[in-house]
Amino acid sequence: LIRSINDPEHPLTLEELNVVEQMRVKVNDAESTVAVEFTPTIPHCSMATLIGLSIKVKLIRSLPERFKLDVHITPGTHASEHAVNKQLADKERVAAALENSHLLEVVNQCLSARS
Amino acid sequence: GVKNGSWSVLQVVEALGSCLENTDPRTRGRGIQLLSQVLLQCYSLLQEKEVLHLVLFYENRLQDHHLVIPSVLQGLRALSMCEVLAPGLAVSVLKAIFQEVHVQSLLQLDRHTVYSIITNFMGTREEELKGLGADFTFGFIQVMDGEKDPRNLLVAFQIVRDLIAKNYSLGPFVEELFEVTSCYFPIDFSPPPNDPHGIQREDLILSLRAVLASTSQFAEFLLPLLIEKMDSDLQSAKLDSLQTLTACCAIYGQKELQEFLPSLWSSLRREVFQTASEKVEAECLAALHALSACLSRSVLRSDTEDLLDSFLGSILQDCRHHLCEPDMKLVWPSAKLLQAAAGASLRAYHCVTRSVLPLLLEQYTKHPQSSQRRTILEMLLGFLELHQKWGHVHEDESPVLSLRASVCSVVFSALTDPSVQLQLVGIRALTVLSSLQGFLSPSDLELVVDHLICLALRGEDAQSSEAAMEAAGSLAPIYPKVFSGHMVPRLEEELQSEREEEGSPDRCSLRQRCLQALAAVSTHTSIVRETVPVLLQHLRKVQKGSEAANVQDLVSVCQSLHRVALQCQQDAEGCWYYHQTVVPCLLAMAVQAAMQESTQPLLCKALLEEEVLAAMVPVISAATTHLSPELAAQSVSHVVPLFLDGEVSFLPQNSFPCLFQPFEDGECLEAQRRLVALLMAFVCSLPRNVAIPQQERLLRELLALSCSCNCPFTATTAAKCFAGLVNKHPAGQQLDEILQLAVNRVEPGLAEGPRRTQALTLLLWVTKALVLRYHPLSSRLTDKLLTLLSDTELGPAVADGFSLLMAESPDVLHRGCHADVRIMFRQRFFTDNVPKLVQGFHGAGPDVKANYLKGLSHVLNHLPKPVLVTELPTLLPLLLEALSCSDRVVQLSTLSCLQPLLLEAPQIMSLHVDTLVTKFLSLTSSPTMAVRIAALRCAHALTSLPITALLPYKARVIRALAKPLDDKKRLVRKEAVAARGEWFLLGSPGR
Repeated sequence: LIRSINDPEHPLTLEELNVVEQMRVKVNDAESTVAVEFTPTIPHCSMATLIGLSIKVKLIRSLPERFKLDVHITPGTHASEHAVNKQLADKERVAAALENSHLLEVVNQCLSARS
Repeated sequence: GVKNGSWSVLQVVEALGSCLENTDPRTRGRGIQLLSQVLLQCYSLLQEKEVLHLVLFYENRLQDHHLVIPSVLQGLRALSMCEVLAPGLAVSVLKAIFQEVHVQSLLQLDRHTVYSIITNFMGTREEELKGLGADFTFGFIQVMDGEKDPRNLLVAFQIVRDLIAKNYSLGPFVEELFEVTSCYFPIDFSPPPNDPHGIQREDLILSLRAVLASTSQFAEFLLPLLIEKMDSDLQSAKLDSLQTLTACCAIYGQKELQEFLPSLWSSLRREVFQTASEKVEAECLAALHALSACLSRSVLRSDTEDLLDSFLGSILQDCRHHLCEPDMKLVWPSAKLLQAAAGASLRAYHCVTRSVLPLLLEQYTKHPQSSQRRTILEMLLGFLELHQKWGHVHEDESPVLSLRASVCSVVFSALTDPSVQLQLVGIRALTVLSSLQGFLSPSDLELVVDHLICLALRGEDAQSSEAAMEAAGSLAPIYPKVFSGHMVPRLEEELQSEREEEGSPDRCSLRQRCLQALAAVSTHTSIVRETVPVLLQHLRKVQKGSEAANVQDLVSVCQSLHRVALQCQQDAEGCWYYHQTVVPCLLAMAVQAAMQESTQPLLCKALLEEEVLAAMVPVISAATTHLSPELAAQSVSHVVPLFLDGEVSFLPQNSFPCLFQPFEDGECLEAQRRLVALLMAFVCSLPRNVAIPQQERLLRELLALSCSCNCPFTATTAAKCFAGLVNKHPAGQQLDEILQLAVNRVEPGLAEGPRRTQALTLLLWVTKALVLRYHPLSSRLTDKLLTLLSDTELGPAVADGFSLLMAESPDVLHRGCHADVRIMFRQRFFTDNVPKLVQGFHGAGPDVKANYLKGLSHVLNHLPKPVLVTELPTLLPLLLEALSCSDRVVQLSTLSCLQPLLLEAPQIMSLHVDTLVTKFLSLTSSPTMAVRIAALRCAHALTSLPITALLPYKARVIRALAKPLDDKKRLVRKEAVAARGEWFLLGSPGR
């Protein structure tokens, strides 16, 4: 599902950039939980939050409501890993980000235009 | 009155006298207007004397009040079209206009009149105007200065182009003329909406470009302008300047370009290296190509420096080092620039390749990674492809020839590389190399063939093996000897050496590939003569083996044979050879097998499996369709007696244990009857003008067989064969009798009895044959079909039959096998029968309603989309009703019919958006998976409707689509995700 999301900076998808990998995605159907770990391209990638947000939005839109989502950075691959994880885990912050039309635009760009 | 000669112009002038001399300018204006109108109507009747006076009068009037001027100009225009105009008058008129009239202050229409006066004079009095010298040009420059209206500009540009093209003297006014035109460059004009004049931006751009690029005299002014505009931010300006530059290069020479080459190159380089737009890049490359071509054209003088060399030198200097970094972004732009420059002329090519090829070869060895090698090889390939443009090159100085050995070794090393991508590029390079005549030595060629065989047979990736076969196919016609002498025996060997490890999957796929490769190289007649016997021999061998597994083998041999047949269709000789060899052989094998089975019914022959027979059908058909009528007639005189009378004498190895009589009744002849499929393949593919011996009898036999046979395969093929013959049968009494006979057999058969399906099949095929050729009986037969729709037993089969009627059938009754197919038969069928279908639907009982809908949706599915869209408003309510029908087949076919319509006719569909949304959403919870998927696809397709119509439903759809996200089937979930994602994006920013 998330492999075809476009990177905000490159004309490539997250899978092609190895940002998301199958082994870092854990799905538990019985308990209805999904955990995704993604690896930013470089430790200082300024887009890490945005990538995380895109993954999260895509999952929210594509998965049944019963699933509980957890999107976070692969440990040890980003400078401000903790801060980003906190932002992504905070439901209200995600909701607020999606109210921001500029942010929403970027996220939608990432999600559309896949061929 | 003037027109028919009863009045002379003089009289008109006299009559208007008071008017023309009135002191009030308005009255005077009206008088002159009348006179001008008269003149416009009848300028061709005027006498020379009259013209002289009128001209003098009009010239005089030019000094008059400004209200009068428009009419005066009209009059002059009329006079300018006069053929009897005395010499010298044109000059004086123009002089007067240039002197007296301030053109810029006139209205658009009057300015246009001035231009047309000039154009008229230029067309008829070229010599006189040239006598004016540069004054004329200057006068025109003044007239044109400040023109704004696009309509006038088009005319004015045309005048300038003529000025230049016809060598009017420009004198000292070159720069002025350039200024007055170039100020419009680049053109930025968008036609107003609902513009009645229909002038497009393109027209202006093209005509201005024609002006600017018409003379090298403009070069010194134009080139700086172009360079400046290339640096502009506007993409349209860039494109326009590049295209203009390309156009200019066609007439410029070294002299004009010399001064500006460095800055032109730096602009082009910057654009190619930095641009994001493919269009700009392509134009830049085209311009560079043109520049280089222009420079190579000019004749070298010994004392001057060769501009081409220095220009290419600077390009090489800027691009070379990028080529050494195959991972960096600039590698491709550099290669493209070099290729564009090199492609312009042989000289440029030598110059560039002399430096680049060794570099690339060296880089190839330096970079061990296959992805980098691939990039380098692709660039190399680009340069080699350019070489093809000049064909056979003798010169020893060609750098490619001198590097032959190393190029070959690089390409061969690519072929043995484990990376598939690199292999693919290598194969392409190999194809290019080999197609350069005289480039490869015979020993190299053998090596090439070895590599191709190796890749084709043992390549681990299907892609590269396919590419190798294709390459072999395209090279075979160039070197038929090498391929037939080298490759075919090798493949034959492979095919035969397989005995020892029978049945292992590896051997199986190897055998498949051998067969494919044999078919692929058969692109030349001499090779076909080698490969066909090999394939046939293999077929015989496989057939002797008695395992069930070799059905697949037989089928793949037949597929290979089919491919060969398609490849040698175009060549009459090859085709006849193929036909003579293959058709009797296949028939003989089939007949023999059938006889053996008749005598020993327990032994089941793989060759007689329906699958195998079905694979043989296209082989025979392809071998027959392109025969010339005489040869076909010769062959038909053998085949038909074989089936009718058991005449086996023409078959090879014709010693059979018993009689071949496929049309006789008898328990053990079932196998023989099946061979009707082969008869069908042959007879139905004949050209229409070939007469079939004993056609009447053949038709009767087929008819009987199709109605009486229990085996569905045989019955269907017999029906198809019958239909194929009926379709080609010339109209007349004989045809009517045959058809009557058929109807007589079908009707009781349909009424009751165990063979209703056979009768229906026959009816369907005969109907199709007749519908295709617009036979009058076809409407009766289709009506019969329509009534059968309400039959509870046969109804569904009839509904499916509609798709058979409308679709293209693969083996008979299509144009490829010379059937009589009228264009638009589908439309005709549609208009004739759909109203009846709709009517029938409304009148039918609930249990058979579905049949009508199914038939309807089959018809609609095959109808060309434009027709469907126009008919849509009337049909849509019915289709929507069909959605609520509970039968899932109907639902499914309606949904699949609606989905493309949603994409193609969004305007009409958006009228029903409310119903559509509701139905689709309710169908997403259907118990059938296929229906759920189709409904979700339709919901997805809904998003292509106008957004305004959809937004009210967005929230509802998104909520409803959350449910199928949790569907228990993965395919459904996938569609749901796609559809829901698309609905989320509707109307939100960033789409």
